[in-house]
Amino acid sequence: MTTLSARHEAGGAVTGGFTPPVWARKLGTYLLNVWASVVLLYLFAPIFVIIAFSFNKPKGRFNYLWQRFTLDNWRHPFRYSDLVHAMEYSLRIAVIAAAVATAMGALMAIALARYRFRGNSIVNLLIVLPLTTPEIVLGSSLLTLFISANTPRGFTTILIAHIMFCVSFVALTVKARLRGFDWTLEDASMDLGAPPWRTFRKVTLPLITPGILAAFLLSFALSIDDYIITVFVSGNSVTFPIQVINQAKVSVPPQINVLATMVLGVSVTVMAIGSLLGARRAARLG
Amino acid sequence: MAAGREGGGKRGTWAPWALMSPAVLWLTLFFLVPVYFLLRTALSNVDFVGNTTFAWRWHNFSEAWTTYNSEFIRSFWYGALATLLCIALGYPLAYVIAVRGGRWRNMLLGLVVVPFFTSYLIRTLAWKTLLQDRGPFVSLLRDVHLIGANGRLLSTPAAVIGGLTYNFLPFMILPIYVSLEKIDLNLVAAAKDLYSNPWRAFRKVVLPLSLPGVFAGSLLTFIPASGDFVNASLLGSPQTSMIGNVVQGNFLATVNYPSAAAISFVFMAIILVLVLLYARVLGTEELSV
Repeated sequence: MTTLSARHEAGGAVTGGFTPPVWARKLGTYLLNVWASVVLLYLFAPIFVIIAFSFNKPKGRFNYLWQRFTLDNWRHPFRYSDLVHAMEYSLRIAVIAAAVATAMGALMAIALARYRFRGNSIVNLLIVLPLTTPEIVLGSSLLTLFISANTPRGFTTILIAHIMFCVSFVALTVKARLRGFDWTLEDASMDLGAPPWRTFRKVTLPLITPGILAAFLLSFALSIDDYIITVFVSGNSVTFPIQVINQAKVSVPPQINVLATMVLGVSVTVMAIGSLLGARRAARLG
Repeated sequence: MAAGREGGGKRGTWAPWALMSPAVLWLTLFFLVPVYFLLRTALSNVDFVGNTTFAWRWHNFSEAWTTYNSEFIRSFWYGALATLLCIALGYPLAYVIAVRGGRWRNMLLGLVVVPFFTSYLIRTLAWKTLLQDRGPFVSLLRDVHLIGANGRLLSTPAAVIGGLTYNFLPFMILPIYVSLEKIDLNLVAAAKDLYSNPWRAFRKVVLPLSLPGVFAGSLLTFIPASGDFVNASLLGSPQTSMIGNVVQGNFLATVNYPSAAAISFVFMAIILVLVLLYARVLGTEELSV
């Protein structure tokens, strides 16, 4: 009886305290799962299209309508040298930008996570601001700087821009990983007579490497895919995204899909290997 | 931000600044200084060959708004709709992964991210394929008479908003997932023990605790979506052009730097005001996830 009255009170205190029947709850769960599956399918819809249309033999210059199956595109994936050169150019920029941004951003994150100092919150604001500024503003403001300074646009200016937006991402990612890091390990190492550089190399670096690696991969991905900022600061240089857009105005060869499928395959493999290694590492550490 | 609490505790005067100096210098030189030059250019005069001279020309700002107010309004409108759609699509998926994912969690999260390993532009071109006049969606919608026999999807606002929603969806799903994952499920059990029905337990316990994720996700979706011009130029028509298209055109095609800089600056200012208002309304001031 007590539970019943308690139940009555709870139901009376808040309006409409009604417990739905089991079938309604089951239906709710079911609908939620269906909705989630539909959203996952939606996420993959264009990916299926990209892969399928890499096997298409288009009529004319635009690979937009399904005609018939062919393996020709995969036999000659590098037929369009403009696309390949642009891809190489983007890869070069992405590697350098990611390396420089990771080094600078990681040092910044270490400083923020490890030390207490005046101006800490201003530095944090400086990291977050570029992320909350629209890309067209970042790109156009850099362009006004380069115009005012009479800097010719090209490889260097693209690199400058990419490092700029990657640094913030790196600093945030590494800082998040360093939360809860035990800095007394460093003191222990130094107490045992290791000089600071050796301490950094043997103690600090191995512990923060996974975070730094993740930040590098993120920067690489952001750099190689950026179009909006790049188009403002590239001058006549052509990165892969710029080449794709320029090409799409006159033709869309299926080789674009082949290259995209290859990139997807490589990234998924890297991710799978990474998570496998992570799982093994976790298992080893117990 | 509780700096002292978050910091490792070591007091340092020069060491942290030495570590940070490259990044701080870089962000100052290539983020803060450029914004100053953007403002300076926005206040400049332009002559007929395109040379600019600084002149305190505030008029450029009002001109930017009056000339392009429809593009401004359209951008914020599309950005807001895309953000709402992202919440509607992303929240349930994040919820299912976080609460019911079990040991499949990481794999499901991986599935959310995998599509975005392909290039942004190529994904958008794939949507162009899907939305073709002779493509699957148009014929389906024509068959069920949702659009007329000659109705199309490409070059409509729906296509642009759909593209924006798709391209920024993971930026909504991931922060919401992070905030949902942190929730102690015992709280939900407690609510149910206290005779709350599942819907009310969700509304009174889970939803408020996940709002920081929704907030972060909305910023990460709304800001890039309203500033985007790729979807509008690949999936839309001149009637759906957004403020990004205008800025790009004025900077790179017609080369009217003061006008372009003024538009860009006004856009940044409006975004800033909207973000602050949004933060007030939701009652959270955390900008970082």
